[in-house]
Amino acid sequence: MTATQTRQPPARKAAGLRRTSLRRRLGPGVLLAVALAYVLVLLLGPLGGIVYYAFKSGISVVGQTFTQPDVQHAFYLTFIIMAITVIVNTVFGVLVALVLARDRFPGKRLVSALVDLPLAVSPVIVGLMAVLLFGTGGWFQSFFAARGIQVIFALPSMVLVTIFISIPFVIREVVPVLQELGLEEEQAAWTLGASKAQTFFRVTLPNIRWGLLYGIALSAARAIGEVGAVLIVSGSIEGKTETATLFILRAFDQYQDQQGYIVALTLAVFSIVLLIGIETFKRKRTREAR
Amino acid sequence: MAGAITVQGLTKTFGEFRAVDNVSFEARAGEITALLGPSGSGKSTVLRMIAGLELPDSGSIWVGGEEHTDKTPQERRLGFVFQHYALFRHMNVRQNVEFGLKVRKTLRAEARSRVDELLDLVGLAPFGDRYPDQLSGGQRQRVALARALAPRPGVLLLDEPFGALDAHVRQELRRWLDGLHRELGVTSLLVTHDQEEALELASAVVVMRRGRVEQAAPPVDIYNRPATPFVAGFVGASNLVKGVVREGELRFAGSAVADADHLADGSDAQAYIRPHDVLLTASPVSRSFPVTVDRRTNLGWQSKLQLRLGDGQAIFAELPNDELNGIDEGQDVHASLRNAKVFSLDAGEPPAGPGEGTSSTEGLHTSDEDEVLASRPGHD
Repeated sequence: MTATQTRQPPARKAAGLRRTSLRRRLGPGVLLAVALAYVLVLLLGPLGGIVYYAFKSGISVVGQTFTQPDVQHAFYLTFIIMAITVIVNTVFGVLVALVLARDRFPGKRLVSALVDLPLAVSPVIVGLMAVLLFGTGGWFQSFFAARGIQVIFALPSMVLVTIFISIPFVIREVVPVLQELGLEEEQAAWTLGASKAQTFFRVTLPNIRWGLLYGIALSAARAIGEVGAVLIVSGSIEGKTETATLFILRAFDQYQDQQGYIVALTLAVFSIVLLIGIETFKRKRTREAR
Repeated sequence: MAGAITVQGLTKTFGEFRAVDNVSFEARAGEITALLGPSGSGKSTVLRMIAGLELPDSGSIWVGGEEHTDKTPQERRLGFVFQHYALFRHMNVRQNVEFGLKVRKTLRAEARSRVDELLDLVGLAPFGDRYPDQLSGGQRQRVALARALAPRPGVLLLDEPFGALDAHVRQELRRWLDGLHRELGVTSLLVTHDQEEALELASAVVVMRRGRVEQAAPPVDIYNRPATPFVAGFVGASNLVKGVVREGELRFAGSAVADADHLADGSDAQAYIRPHDVLLTASPVSRSFPVTVDRRTNLGWQSKLQLRLGDGQAIFAELPNDELNGIDEGQDVHASLRNAKVFSLDAGEPPAGPGEGTSSTEGLHTSDEDEVLASRPGHD
């Protein structure tokens, strides 16, 4: 106790010295200017571009775009895929997180590493893997075909690859919260007579809620923005297996640039709203942690 | 309501490590029993098995005449208080205390009055709307106690309940718990590494070491009639004096201690002597031996004296200043012993003190680290 207390101040002082000396060398405003310029040019620039082009030839095109049946269907499909993905990844993500945070078993580190695999593998490859499994001659193709279920070039495969791609987010957010939480509150609940289910819903879930919401938001954003994998498994059938992002690709192919920009802007706005939500969660969570 | 706790032949291993090894004892109904031992002695594991938070490899657990060995924690209906409180951090004080009533579907009005009653009992009635992180450590532990007591448990299990608190609050809470127990009379099992806490609160003490019970007895017997060298060294401060057994006595430095009949003639043995059992006189008395006062530390009403025996062994004495009669550093005087306990040298290695911060100076074994630091010889 006293040892750490006496060790801390010099470390903090050293960090402080380094910071001031760097500032002094560069001048006070330079770092701020570089940071702001970087953010503005790389983030706000493209966004401004989209806004400009979306409204370039007048507001009437906006209304016209949103009343187009294929656009409406694309948004509907994107929403459905996002909803299923979020539900599946939330339920199973919490389950996997509980196992990874609480249980000891051989190969646990391997499983933990596997969870991050979707972040490392290109979505296009994920799409190809799905085609190999469910496409013509694929391992599982005959099984589903015999039961009359169309997987590839249909919603099931699109949902499947999107789920795969967004697996890590909930797990990665929830595991550290569970580890920090420990077992004692849950054990206290048991001794007070709470069943395992009561304990989960009344004690565990409220404690991990901010981390979980953050993970859900990231999953949702990832699901909305997915192109590569969905492009390969869906076949991009207009009005059928075309998501909002796939519509954008087609719009540019067919020289319908403004429609593409309008849909893109809609997705961007949704993601930004989600992002602001995330930031609010994050701030609230850190405030609670204190 | 109150029931006795009986454990029989309890054993638990974690991998290769035998944390609890054939432990049996009884905690009498309506009393506080302390499980005392250094960290790693298995006392917390015993408590957690009684609560059903760990399952024993073998042995049985009975509470109030009912076998609990294979029951789930929920079925046992015990109160458990954790060292780090384990309060539900997203619930306020009222909701915490109410939890055990709510999950057992107690009627709303009944639950409310029970919570009020308990908040009054632990003196936290004005803090019902606070969240755990808005309370002090002592207040949190009182909330934890109220929460554990709310569903009227048959027995109360306390796992180092004051271990995370500072010394002053610990003292205060100890007195408060004593009063509370007198009022409620609930059978309580208290795990602690603090011998003072055990002696002060409990009517029976079970001393544990390396997963085994060393001695189970009332505090007075634990202190005055330790069954093993470990108990003698762990409970209260002790001096160690080595000698040889002759005719049922331990002989050392020209003197002898009786009650060594249980040891073979000519064997090496050691006597455990409490610092306050050493008497000093200017002239020889019966069975006294000459010592030199190497150091005297005045603590106000009493003094600690470091004494050197004729054969070079060192012991500490604690004497009220009134009884010193002018004895001071550098003097050659005579010491006699009011009480001493002889154990064979191989009855066990010198005991480790509580926790990790054990220090022992030659000839002195104490379970209070601060005491050793305060009286470490040669700090000139």
